[in-house]
Amino acid sequence: MSVATTNYYDRRGILGTLGRDGLLQIILIANTILMLAPIVIMVFSAFKTTPQIFQSPFGIPDFSQVQNFIKIWSETNFLRYLLNSFLVTGASMLLILTLGTMAAYAIGRYAFTGANFILMFFLAGLTLPLKLAIIPLFMLMRDLSILNNQLSLIFVYTAMGLPSTVFIMTGFIRTLPNELEDAARMDGASEARIMWSIMLPLVRPAMVIAGIQNVVPIWNDFFFPLVFIQNDSLKTLPQGLTTFMGEYTTDWGVLFSGLTLSAAPIIIIYIVLSRQFIAGMTSGAIK
Amino acid sequence: MPHFRMTGRGLWITALIVPPLCFVALFIVYPIISAFAYAFFDWQGLRRLDFVGLENFHTVLFVEPYRSWTLNAFKNNIIVFFALMVLQNGLGFILAYALWRELPGTRFHRIAVFLPVVLSTIIVAYLFKLFYHPLFGVVNISLKSIGLGEWAQPWLGQSGTALWSIIAAQAWHMVGFPTLVFLAGMQRIPGEILDAVRMETESEWVKITKIVWPLVAPSATIVFTLLFVGAFNWFELPYIMGGLDGSPFGSTDVLGLYFYRTAFGNVSAGQQDFGLGSALAVLIFISIAAIATVITTRLRAREIQL
Repeated sequence: MSVATTNYYDRRGILGTLGRDGLLQIILIANTILMLAPIVIMVFSAFKTTPQIFQSPFGIPDFSQVQNFIKIWSETNFLRYLLNSFLVTGASMLLILTLGTMAAYAIGRYAFTGANFILMFFLAGLTLPLKLAIIPLFMLMRDLSILNNQLSLIFVYTAMGLPSTVFIMTGFIRTLPNELEDAARMDGASEARIMWSIMLPLVRPAMVIAGIQNVVPIWNDFFFPLVFIQNDSLKTLPQGLTTFMGEYTTDWGVLFSGLTLSAAPIIIIYIVLSRQFIAGMTSGAIK
Repeated sequence: MPHFRMTGRGLWITALIVPPLCFVALFIVYPIISAFAYAFFDWQGLRRLDFVGLENFHTVLFVEPYRSWTLNAFKNNIIVFFALMVLQNGLGFILAYALWRELPGTRFHRIAVFLPVVLSTIIVAYLFKLFYHPLFGVVNISLKSIGLGEWAQPWLGQSGTALWSIIAAQAWHMVGFPTLVFLAGMQRIPGEILDAVRMETESEWVKITKIVWPLVAPSATIVFTLLFVGAFNWFELPYIMGGLDGSPFGSTDVLGLYFYRTAFGNVSAGQQDFGLGSALAVLIFISIAAIATVITTRLRAREIQL
């Protein structure tokens, strides 16, 4: 390493502290442009006609031209797909947070035989790639008669979301102090009452983290709807997008506005809540 | 009376635990176990026929044309893994290091680098498919506009560039993830250590290789393992950008796509084989588990050592 050290001093005149930070700053700016450019081009193109896209792909459009969006709204099932995505994601999240909190509360708050084994059972689901079990899942959904039914998606997403939720929330619940709980127990409050009125308000921060970690992959999922759902009126947004992109192959303005419209909800929420999003989505990998 | 209280509590705990446990047992544990069992049977459509032992495994590994398909998909997955290791995780490390310096605008750069990560893979796939269009896509138009018109080509339409074009889209989509995991690792390095190093040497290179890199080893273990598992599960991008058959000529075929095609591919054409599909699933699963364990233990050993 002495070589590198000598070299450093040799180069210092050119690449001193300021120059080095300058280089890093250039890398960051270049990267940010690279990250944003595709999204900006997508949004710009959404307001252009097809010839405009081909002639000036980078030009700033007239944002009052919303005919592409009107076309999507009135001529396609887009709104249907959007509502389906809301329904499936909402129901799954409700189940994940309810069931996940229940399990984490039992494991984290009470000492009972087998608690650790049950926690391990939940955590086993963290590393298993469930995509590879799609054939048995397909057969299971058929046997439960919920193929081509949004319940199949809701059940799979709930099961997929529980391991990480139980993991995050058990850890959090264990750190909460006992005093409040003991005081309430002295006053004769039931276990259910203690959980509902005293502990639940305290676990809200962990619920937000667990919620974000699960809501993004569920909202964005394409694979399970592809296998489980055939009926067009039941398709979720990512799956519906494939139908939509197939119909309008030559009308690029409509294609780009479809992509923009699909991306808009999550981009807006992300920009507003970026800190929570980043914390939620990377929390599993950081702890 | 205490005895009664205990049962009441036991019931309460049971009531809390059983419903979530049922979901995980029914929709994760049972299907995973069945996936292994299914591989040993012959299937006709959705009907399970005879027990055939290892025949499905033998077919996908040694009988043509399955043998070449399996090898080709596996080879492509290896390419994807190493390419993303350099592009996505390598770039992620550099970006994390740049963000860690807290230069002006860091907050904005951090939000921008993670923005693509929250997008649906399907949106990313179609967006880049449009960008790569040979005539009207912005990639070729940009090349022409800066005088590199001879570089313009049908990116997704020829064997030489198709897989790499999809890999580039994937790197764009996900580079923010390793970046922020590495950044979190760097932010946990105690200030005293850095000050001590600063006294010893002013070389940035020494600082990165001898201090930062070893100290973010736990982040590296996680990021490499997730990348490995992700690369071998890769499905959505090649499915949309290369198509169900991994066109052109199988150059974008990967194990995830091949597995899906074998199991559900062309149901109307009668090309649905749950037995072969399950055998592939088991093989992919075992490779992932085995190699991921090796990666993790190797990297973990390095963590403790330093």
